[in-house]
Amino acid sequence: MSRVRVLVGTRKGAFVLTADGKRERWDVSGPHFPGWEIYHLKGSPVDPNRLYASQSSGWFGQVMQRSDDGGTTWDAVGNEFAYEGVPGTHMWYDGTQHPWQFARVWHLEPSLTDPDTVYAGVEDAALFRSTDGGRSWQELPGLRCHGSGPKWQPGAGGMCLHTILLDPSDPRRMFIAISAAGAFRTDDGGQSWRPVNRGLQSQGIPNPEAEVGHCVHRITMHPSRPNVLFMQKHWDVMRSDDAGDSWHEVSGNLPTDFGFPIDVHAHEPDTIYVVPITSDSHHFPPEGKLRVYRSRTGGNEWEPLTRGLPQKDCYVNVLRDAMAVDSLDPCGVYFGTTGGQVYGSGDAGASWAPIVRDLPAVLSVEVQVLA
Amino acid sequence: MIRVVLPQHLRTLARVGEEVELQVDGPATQRSVLDALEQRYPMLRGTIRGHSTHSRRPFVRFFACEQDLSHEAPDDPLPDAVARGNEPFLVVGAMAGG
Repeated sequence: MSRVRVLVGTRKGAFVLTADGKRERWDVSGPHFPGWEIYHLKGSPVDPNRLYASQSSGWFGQVMQRSDDGGTTWDAVGNEFAYEGVPGTHMWYDGTQHPWQFARVWHLEPSLTDPDTVYAGVEDAALFRSTDGGRSWQELPGLRCHGSGPKWQPGAGGMCLHTILLDPSDPRRMFIAISAAGAFRTDDGGQSWRPVNRGLQSQGIPNPEAEVGHCVHRITMHPSRPNVLFMQKHWDVMRSDDAGDSWHEVSGNLPTDFGFPIDVHAHEPDTIYVVPITSDSHHFPPEGKLRVYRSRTGGNEWEPLTRGLPQKDCYVNVLRDAMAVDSLDPCGVYFGTTGGQVYGSGDAGASWAPIVRDLPAVLSVEVQVLA
Repeated sequence: MIRVVLPQHLRTLARVGEEVELQVDGPATQRSVLDALEQRYPMLRGTIRGHSTHSRRPFVRFFACEQDLSHEAPDDPLPDAVARGNEPFLVVGAMAGG
């Protein structure tokens, strides 16, 4: 029987949750790297025992970790993220220009074909790549040097590159997203990039339809249909059917279209999940009810999924990297909260149960299915 | 030998105990001690001082002989008691919540 491994990054360490394919009884290991912020950890699709983790601390900075045995043991690898050339400036909170400064790695995206190649999205926003298993990192400077950099600005969490999507049908195509700059696409393996934000409308910037400046919270795709993208923006849930060339809103009947994560069902490319959050200043669910919303129509028509989730007095948040789906049938869906709960559903969201209730605030959730 | 005491998180990262002993060639200074420390424990590179700038991270302090040496120049000699190995050079995570 298959096994499932859920990788959880929290404010105070990493946890690994494992179960058999029934996904009913879970073992919890951790904390790994106790006391450190683990923004993200993720396994290689080629070698599931090859894991990469971003470990950081306000005191001691960025450390990168690698495991070759599925998270049982870890080794520190390279942690130098040096911007190529003159880093330049971006917009600061007060509208002045501010020098690019590396702060931390937000997101790791292992290659679809090579376990030694992994991409890192960092704050201040840039994309790095390692081709030696994390020992060394090189920036792909074409993104930061796109020309619109001086118009990029930090969101409340910092100016982070938080989403990296690799197109499984075209190794030269990637999508990334930055808060608050927007979405970008490369069609030449990362040498050159262009913003793909047409159709986005953001009331919080001087020109709501500007080419860059949008606070994109998360993008996702189904691997069988890489030209169809779904986006949870600061406000608005959006969809693109042309690889980001244009977007249209699919918020439909959501109770609020503010939120952070968005994900796609593993076997149904038009089934998507979001977690509506009251507003940008009220980072908790509406009415104190924790509800995942599912659309089976690629957006616009949404249904609340509540069975097993707290429906009163719940004021947690679900962060952008804290939702994942597994590839079993039925599809499993997982998400973690800032209250330290990790919920899992083994029936595509119809019902939920807490896998663990009292972790530190959850920053990221990834899942692997193991043979 | 120079004795260096690391904060708990860096001991875990370097897989060492509370104190490490280092052979430092030439005068014992912050720079020479940290160079030797990072040479022996490369996983500590970037955690105490910047990779390229070599400037102390803001929430890291250097103490020795009941003195705060954090703002001393990196090439200033460390106290004789540290150079002789009688007193340790302390790398300290600043007191701050988190």
